[in-house]
Amino acid sequence: MQVIQHQELASSQAAITFSSIPTTFTDLVLVCSLRSDSGNADIGIKFNNSTASFSNRYLFGNGSSPASGTVYGNYVGEAARSTYTASTFGNFAVYIPNYRSSTAKSYSSDAVSENNATTAIQAITAGLWNVTDAITQIDLYQLNGSNLVQYSSATLYGVLKGSDGVTTVS
Amino acid sequence: MTQEIPTKLVINCETGEREIIPLTEEEIAEREAMAAQALADQAAREAEETAKAEAKASGIAKLQALGLTEAEATALLN
Repeated sequence: MQVIQHQELASSQAAITFSSIPTTFTDLVLVCSLRSDSGNADIGIKFNNSTASFSNRYLFGNGSSPASGTVYGNYVGEAARSTYTASTFGNFAVYIPNYRSSTAKSYSSDAVSENNATTAIQAITAGLWNVTDAITQIDLYQLNGSNLVQYSSATLYGVLKGSDGVTTVS
Repeated sequence: MTQEIPTKLVINCETGEREIIPLTEEEIAEREAMAAQALADQAAREAEETAKAEAKASGIAKLQALGLTEAEATALLN
């Protein structure tokens, strides 16, 4: 697994965009550490600047009201809310296999919003982007239209088949 | 007074170039629609939770009227 790009925000931004993603890898992994400037911190993902053709299922817990279902087609994870413990950041990882394939793209994510209090969110999500184009751009943004604060960060990794030195690739 | 245009950070993975660019009008409209939808969703969730809590309280009161203790009524409804 190789780092393609890493970025920590020097100032508050509405979104983080990875553009011109190289086509030299097999899978992508996105690892994020984010904090919101609002009391809602659901994070959405766009592929190729599109929010269309997404669907998902999630499992969700917050310490009192576990839930499952589907929410916002392109929901992908959690930032820490502005009301959560100061200077904490929610984090999540997204695995996107076969991002260059000519079939629909699946992805999965595992998220937690850090909070030194009774309520903190954990969520795992399985998603589908039902588009056959290769993924060349990924956007992360807040689904309620607020901002990601300074020091939020995102790292995009590329995974190459056979790169573990053990797996044989034909 | 002019309103500050929100920006996003774009990282070009091929060149490594970073650029902070203003959102397009379309992106701003989408963002405003998302904010409105989030508020509506939150209001709907809160209304649903309030309705559930009121229904539960009403059920407990009716069971108490039949002679159950509050603990017994609550246990039945949980």
